[in-house]
Amino acid sequence: MPRLFIPPLLRPYCEGQEEVVVEGATVLEAVLSLDRQHSGVMERLCPEGKLRAGMSVTVDQNVTPRGLAQKVSPESEIHFLPAIGGG
Amino acid sequence: MATIDEVKAAEGSDEAPKYKVIGTRPIRHDGADKVTGRALYGADIKIKGMIFGAILRSPHAHANIKSIDTSKAEALPGVRAVATSADLPEPGDKIAELGEGAVVLNHLSSNNLARTKVLYKGHAVAAVAADNLHIAQEAASLIEVEYEVLPPVMDVLKAMSSDAPVLNPDVRTEEASTGEKGDKPTNVAKHIVFEKGDIEKGFADAKYVVEREFRTSTVHQGYIEPHVATVLWNNDGQITVWTPTQGTFSVRSQMAELLHVPLARVKVVPAEIGGGFGGKISVYLAPAAAVLSRKAGVPVQIVMDRADVLQATGPTPGSFIRIKMGVDADGRLTAAEAWMAYEAGGYPGSPIGAGAMCVFSCYDIPNGRVEGYDVCVNKPRTNAYRAPGATNAAFATETVVDELCEKLGMEPVEFRLLNASKEGTRRIDGVTYPRVGLVETLEAIKNSDHYKTPLTGKNQGRGIGSGFWFNAGLKSAVTVTVNTDGSVSLLEGSTDIGGSRTGIAMQFAEAMGLAAEDIKPAVVDTDSVGYTDVTGGSRVTYATGWAAYEAAQDLKRQIVARAAELWDVDPAQVSYEDGHVIGPDKSVCFKEIAMELSTTGEPLIARGVSNHNEPGGAFGTHLVDVEVDPDTGKVDILRYTAAQDCGTAIHPAYVEGQIQGGAVQGIGWGLNEEYWYDETGSMRNANFLDYRIPTCYDLPMIDAIIVEVPNPGHPYGVRGVGEVPIVPPPAALEAAIYDAVGVRLYELPMSPPRVLHELLKKES
Repeated sequence: MPRLFIPPLLRPYCEGQEEVVVEGATVLEAVLSLDRQHSGVMERLCPEGKLRAGMSVTVDQNVTPRGLAQKVSPESEIHFLPAIGGG
Repeated sequence: MATIDEVKAAEGSDEAPKYKVIGTRPIRHDGADKVTGRALYGADIKIKGMIFGAILRSPHAHANIKSIDTSKAEALPGVRAVATSADLPEPGDKIAELGEGAVVLNHLSSNNLARTKVLYKGHAVAAVAADNLHIAQEAASLIEVEYEVLPPVMDVLKAMSSDAPVLNPDVRTEEASTGEKGDKPTNVAKHIVFEKGDIEKGFADAKYVVEREFRTSTVHQGYIEPHVATVLWNNDGQITVWTPTQGTFSVRSQMAELLHVPLARVKVVPAEIGGGFGGKISVYLAPAAAVLSRKAGVPVQIVMDRADVLQATGPTPGSFIRIKMGVDADGRLTAAEAWMAYEAGGYPGSPIGAGAMCVFSCYDIPNGRVEGYDVCVNKPRTNAYRAPGATNAAFATETVVDELCEKLGMEPVEFRLLNASKEGTRRIDGVTYPRVGLVETLEAIKNSDHYKTPLTGKNQGRGIGSGFWFNAGLKSAVTVTVNTDGSVSLLEGSTDIGGSRTGIAMQFAEAMGLAAEDIKPAVVDTDSVGYTDVTGGSRVTYATGWAAYEAAQDLKRQIVARAAELWDVDPAQVSYEDGHVIGPDKSVCFKEIAMELSTTGEPLIARGVSNHNEPGGAFGTHLVDVEVDPDTGKVDILRYTAAQDCGTAIHPAYVEGQIQGGAVQGIGWGLNEEYWYDETGSMRNANFLDYRIPTCYDLPMIDAIIVEVPNPGHPYGVRGVGEVPIVPPPAALEAAIYDAVGVRLYELPMSPPRVLHELLKKES
């Protein structure tokens, strides 16, 4: 099952865990799965089911342009990181 | 300077080159116009009936605007329109997504024409359009603005203190990963934390620990062409913008959002662009020119001068960074910690996120913590500059690494080879690398003639530094038309800064089995090609090249289908290979089939799009020799070699150009460039005489070693090139200066006074 890496400041809401095994075929489903395990995380990570401005999702080494709709595999790693822009 | 394939060919290798077009060096399609001066840049644009605009800018770094009286300006003969922020729609609190990042529209709008406050000297306050520039400038000077002057906040650490004057009453500290916000106004806009492993255990396991504090100055991208915008707000509501920009579609989005008009009513026409490096993405002039044009009923052109560019457009942030790193007795890194505060300028948005992700990116570190802050100060709002945030970070990290090498008695290149990030290495922010080529760049430097040639002179030293940038994918579109004579017109939306239109055409030519010269590429306006993100993030050769590759696949499919129909055979019996359509009993070259198909059916028009996200991170390692004058502190560069993993070099000359240009900008950042502010927050060196960019007289030839570790996430293995080379120079120079004269410098730039100060301190 996919692993969702918990940003440090969100870990207190996830019993201090650095990563959580989640269910789901998309990033959104993975976050919903996380929220079922640790209630309230969804609202902090993706308020109203949307990726917060200034944040990006990385799945399996690459920032995805599809955001929460990105498909994930059972082996996937999911990271929420600051969105960055190049020059 | 050569690619691996070129070296093999020169050495007589009988290994066949992988490609026919890729890796060659054709003459650029836009070369003749550019060397003869016929290329049309922003200020060359002349539209019938055009009048000229001028901007009134704030003389104060920090002030409330109490009132603006434009009556005297409006009464001046020849004045056709005057605009203030009151002429821009109220932006509300909307955050707009502009392709390579989100922007708070209230801040963007206020940065174009200040609303209630000015946040830096040079902040635009009002705009005038008149029959000529002189009248416009005189009228601007007649506008009366009543200010309530406030104390400026120029230092990033002072701006973070609880008693600092607050620039933006609406800014609260946002925790990046949770979205939680503080409850009171502050200059600290964002807080970022990354953690990995057990930091305390990591430092406990270390034999040597080095902790240092670093400061870097505000520096500018230094593009040669100033900002220009020419805008016609037509009577029918259509808005046309002619401007040199890194992103026509980004300008279109910004204009639509700021002016509250539909996207389809805005057309952006790209002029040739005289450099950008990240600084020509935000709009600065076009919204004001638009409202002036709407009022005047004719096109309005506004051109910045150099002082405007330096004082009012986004530089890259000054910063304060504290780095602590530990190694065991064998030289393996055990832990690393960074505390980073980046100046955002007047409005939030420094590249602290990227800086925090890059700060330890070159190393495999088991335990780490990074904390970053985005901090508002009374300077122009920062903007992207080649690998935004990474150069500041690398200067700090690589300098600490150099000190660790000294303690260990290890060659810096061997230390880096031992600890280098590679495929599977997990960064402190948690992400693992795909196939990357840092080790290969280190080996390329180690095997270079430069590395093997010892230094012999007095006060001479050698330094090495490495750097990383992510690169980007994003969206691109390409449209191709086959002409009746078999030539090909290729339309793209990526404005061409570094020769990219030729690199795109080469990838299309390679896919079609044609020559680069058979393709005529053109960068066209937003009404003439599909959506394309900015020319930034080192993405164009990767992403727009991929769109061109897809357009070729589309074209080949069409040609095969049409040829099968023409020859009355099953399409499965027809194929396209190496520039020929091959049927059961014939083979016809592209030009012949193109001419034949043009007379027997509909036009051949193909399209390709891309939105791929495997751009392949890129690493570079630089080696520099310097000689330091102990009497003046001046640093002369004797020799410079830059090795970079470029994936596959499409046009090696352009790749070398990017490496050389980036390295020179990094050298300027390292040795000379800085914004000089007085106590009132006024920049005192807002010109190219006093803001010291290195020229060819200051530098030797930069030797570029192209290392090719193909990116598995691209049909031709392309990685972005343009940003990495600015990252290592300051750190490599610092190490070289220390090697030469034995003084460490923890502040940029390492200008003669600063070097001399350290030398005198050492002597005393």
